[in-house]
Amino acid sequence: MMRLSTNHLLLALFAVLLVLPFLVPPFWTANILGRALVYGLIAMSLTFLASYGGFVSLAQMMIAGVAGYTVAILGPTSIPMGAGLSWGLTIPIALVMATLAGLLVGVIAVRTMGIYLLMITLALAVGFALYVQANISVFNGYEGIRNVLGPQVLGRPFRDPFVFYYVSLAVCSLLFAGVLVLVRGPFGLVLQGLRDNPRRVSALGYNAALHRIAAFGVAGFIAGCGGVLVCFYNIGISPGSIGLWASVNILVMSVIGGLGHPIGAFAGALIYVLFDTFASSIYDRERFNTLIGLVFLVIVLVSPDGFLGIGKRLKESLQARLSRRKPKAAAPEPREEGPST
Amino acid sequence: MNGLTLAALYFIVASGFSLIFGLMRTVNMAHGALYLVGAYAGYAVFEIFYDNPATYDYAWYAGVLAGVAAAAVVGVVMQVGFLGWMQGQELRQALVTIGLSIIIADQLLAIFGGTSRQFFPPDALFGATQVPIVGRYPTFRLVLIAIAIGVGVGLWLLLNRTRLGLMIRAGVDDRRMLEACGVNVRLVSISVFALGAALAGLGGVVGGSAQPFTQGTDVQFLLAALVVVIVGGMGSIGGTALGALLIAMAEQLGQAFAPVYSVILTFAIMVAVLALRPQGLMGRPA
Repeated sequence: MMRLSTNHLLLALFAVLLVLPFLVPPFWTANILGRALVYGLIAMSLTFLASYGGFVSLAQMMIAGVAGYTVAILGPTSIPMGAGLSWGLTIPIALVMATLAGLLVGVIAVRTMGIYLLMITLALAVGFALYVQANISVFNGYEGIRNVLGPQVLGRPFRDPFVFYYVSLAVCSLLFAGVLVLVRGPFGLVLQGLRDNPRRVSALGYNAALHRIAAFGVAGFIAGCGGVLVCFYNIGISPGSIGLWASVNILVMSVIGGLGHPIGAFAGALIYVLFDTFASSIYDRERFNTLIGLVFLVIVLVSPDGFLGIGKRLKESLQARLSRRKPKAAAPEPREEGPST
Repeated sequence: MNGLTLAALYFIVASGFSLIFGLMRTVNMAHGALYLVGAYAGYAVFEIFYDNPATYDYAWYAGVLAGVAAAAVVGVVMQVGFLGWMQGQELRQALVTIGLSIIIADQLLAIFGGTSRQFFPPDALFGATQVPIVGRYPTFRLVLIAIAIGVGVGLWLLLNRTRLGLMIRAGVDDRRMLEACGVNVRLVSISVFALGAALAGLGGVVGGSAQPFTQGTDVQFLLAALVVVIVGGMGSIGGTALGALLIAMAEQLGQAFAPVYSVILTFAIMVAVLALRPQGLMGRPA
């Protein structure tokens, strides 16, 4: 019953997102909704790891960067380099590279948990950005690679707000549904078991390390899809867009939205993008980072399970109030609050 | 020899990070921001003294004091205001320090702008000195190494020879037992955090004299502190020193022979250590 209503909610949300471009100006379609979708996708790869595996990884933006750079280096339109392969070849290669990068991060980080994992993935992310910045012959150093236009869809350029939005929406919805299906299957259950009690699951005969690395691979694939789209959104890629602050921003989005459910990533990305776009009217455009830092801080301090958690608690308190009127209904059981405790 | 100087700087910064982590299991992601706080606060005071001929000679020392004090104050505020009451929730603390570091870095940018700055060490420490074997060498770099050795020895004495050190080590082993013994662990935590932050601030001023600092320097030193501590082992002074030496040497050698790949070399060391000894070279098993 409960699951059904959540699914209905998601379907309704999907329907709203489907018609929204016809109701809002194109600026909103591309620069707010579209942007929230593509960054939300990267954030979702983190949320997937965090909520079902218990890993808070800062390397997801780096993996997205691997995909983005692969597209940029191999793609047909890139300036100043570009191997000139077709999009149909470039994008799958980029996704494979991202998945491999995800697996590699998994192999490196598999023996660590919690804050150690956070530190190691942070070090990897920053290290990759610094390496890309230093390497001019392949990655064009600090300037990065420009003019990565993306393929034409139905005869219209990828930059068209509608094309960009609907392709992003399709990719996000598919992956989102994929994650929900995956975590209900055997693999997802083992993963959640590993999160809650690794020793018992290992004792049942499951290979803990292999499952964890595979989870990183899945997250790598998701982040790779996001990375390719972000690369098209920015029409290029540079070390600054995958460095420490970019990685931290992905974490900020995920945490603001809530690490408990994949939808939180998109909620967080939308909130982040809204603040980014309208910071000038709230505080000061230049001080956007202070603003988002404060929002992040308040969320972490007040509601560790993020924006979703606030909603959930409102619902619970409402239910509690209702059940007080009807004394036979039991209070909702306190649920586990995810990895943030 | 340059590697040694860099190692000294890394050690000063990373030892503060390691100290805080060792006692409180708090990963202070704002450590780089504290470095920058120390550097900028030190610079603000340094500038006032430096422009006045009467106090010109003391400018650098005043800057050091101001930088250390400012970082320590910010550290105490962080511990008292935010981290103290979520003790034990490691991930949440790390997230809080990330949030704080975003805000601090942005406010520093707002106040001081984006131009890079550098301290000028006092005349007494400027110039070059004859050193056996390597010949003439910048005096200030020798001073830097001396400061790092001083910090190392000082920390060792503090931890192993004083009452506070006793409490800190006891806290590392069993926090609740220490509390039950009647020690005000909160106060010990605050002083440790102040000390760790002060070391970041010291690193900021001293490092700011050896090489210019600007926005982004915080990232560089946060990364350095992380890698050094991961390689060396959490909460061990000897490990931090060894890690700093190893990483700084690798970085310098890498820059000399293959500049593009010097970062990769650093990470290769980190990954190798993680694979062979996850707790770090001198760390105790968790």
